Amino acid sequence: MRPVLPFRALSSLAAIAAVLAACSSQPPAPEQRPSGVEDRNPNAAGQTKPVAGAFDPMSIAALKDPRSPLSKREVFFDYDSFVVKDEYRTLIETHAKFLVANPKMKMLIQGNADERGSREYNLALGQKRAEAVKKALLLLGAREDQVESVSLGEEKPRCEEQTEACWAQNRRGDMLYSGEF
Amino acid sequence: MKFTKFLTASLFAGFACLSQAQLSIEITGAGASRIPLAVANFDGERIVSQALVSVVRADLERSGLFRMVDPGTAPIGESAMVSYGDWRAKGADALVAGSVVPLAEGRYDTRFRLHDVPKQALLTTGGFAHTSAPYQLRATAHRVADAIYEKLTGEKGVFSTRIAYVVKSTGRFELQIADADGANPQTALASREPIISPTWSPDGGKLAYVSFESKKPVVYVHDLVTGRRHVAANFKGSNSAPAWSPDGKRLAVVLTKDGNSQLYLVNADGSGATRIAASAGIDTEPQFSPDGQWIYFTSDRGGSPQIYRTAASGGETQRVTFGGSYNVTPRLSPDGKSMAFVSRDGGRFQLSLMDLATKQTQILTDSAKDESPSFAPNGRMILYATEVGGRGVLAAVSSDGRVKQRLSVQAADIREPTWGPFVQ
Repeated sequence: MRPVLPFRALSSLAAIAAVLAACSSQPPAPEQRPSGVEDRNPNAAGQTKPVAGAFDPMSIAALKDPRSPLSKREVFFDYDSFVVKDEYRTLIETHAKFLVANPKMKMLIQGNADERGSREYNLALGQKRAEAVKKALLLLGAREDQVESVSLGEEKPRCEEQTEACWAQNRRGDMLYSGEF
Repeated sequence: MKFTKFLTASLFAGFACLSQAQLSIEITGAGASRIPLAVANFDGERIVSQALVSVVRADLERSGLFRMVDPGTAPIGESAMVSYGDWRAKGADALVAGSVVPLAEGRYDTRFRLHDVPKQALLTTGGFAHTSAPYQLRATAHRVADAIYEKLTGEKGVFSTRIAYVVKSTGRFELQIADADGANPQTALASREPIISPTWSPDGGKLAYVSFESKKPVVYVHDLVTGRRHVAANFKGSNSAPAWSPDGKRLAVVLTKDGNSQLYLVNADGSGATRIAASAGIDTEPQFSPDGQWIYFTSDRGGSPQIYRTAASGGETQRVTFGGSYNVTPRLSPDGKSMAFVSRDGGRFQLSLMDLATKQTQILTDSAKDESPSFAPNGRMILYATEVGGRGVLAAVSSDGRVKQRLSVQAADIREPTWGPFVQ
């Protein structure tokens, strides 16, 4: 398992976090404004390319690069279960540290459920899963106002076959950061 | 970005677009003892009267309570002399004879009488008269069918009511409204994101539903006359499972702003959220009893999902279902005496009906993926979603399990049905 990113990398991510937060689909709260962004990267002014391209590629890599633990965003659950399994402990710790180091960054956790049974009950099951991930992050230091847990229930299945392997793919929590939802 | 999304949703939110996807209804089971009924062609302007009578016949036949006797092609006017012996020989117990009379400005007067063939007498004096414009032909036919149905069965007909449901085609979800026979489908809302849990306001003027267009579930109230809508619940977390109070002033909703899914009441305008019940687990799928005294809901507080009820004014919670390990989606009959719900037996999810006084439970279907039951406003039929050949269809079953219908659309999934109230 890769070590958690050093603090310097995290702090340069903070700048990106701030920018990403500003272009997120949520109305930006005052604390999300990207203060000092121009100073750190004057080339950003007038950039018409996506914001991400204008910043330190190493930091972007941390969130999006498949080699970084921060690019892993999924937590899978057993049938009828809401327990975050031990195998996800390191993943949750990594994201919690990222949120602590980047207090302006926000996260949306989308819980999902397999398709069997009532849509509304499955929405509630997905919520329980998202909530379990959120609680784990809060225990590790993320702030309540940084993390929102919601559910997509059975409505956005990744896999639509009626097999156990497929259903297991859909019993899932996804962690999305500002700018990704 | 937020604004663009809002605009897109608003553009979609009109109630003008006529849908392409017509519902087709197939009768798959009928009542045990059906009344032999002949509906003769109405006297009057031929094309109009025949179009009208064919809708009347289709309505009555679909109910599963009548055996339609071939009336021949000769029209019989509302006040024509009836040779009862001939109709008796054809096996009809009841005969409908009517007229369509053109009035000024292209309007029509529709009248009919109902004859009791064995008694050789009019079933009721007075009869039926209704004035309408040509574009209201189907609506007039549904009213005629409702009146015949009520006189012959003693309960109100639901042919003039409307249903709402969600159609899913590739990358597109549409909340549609159609007549109870599937005709005139119209799209109230189209979205790239899912729409679930639509439910009619008691006056039939609005639909509450859950839309995922902002990447999370949010409850909306949509006015079907103006096409405008407002957010009824958008708190931190998920917002879902709206249920109207019988007076239409409030909604029971499920919010997760304080953790897991819990029941709250909000005013229909979205204000004044107050908690109804509290549990450590999931509480969801609230529904008011018709008298407004109770809220039935699904909860996993006992370890498995079961149905409970709590007084709407607060107080003790009682468990309602005990058999099996999965009983969800409680829906009360309009008379409040029975409860439709979905129960899991082995791997099958089946529509069930409980007599609330005796707790006696009957499984009404032989399908395996039943969801979202909704009573017709007269309590006779229960509309629900199920799956046939891997595709979502709607089905309806009578509360005695005998009459069965299937409603499907071409090349799309159809789900989340809700039967509207009686038309005022």
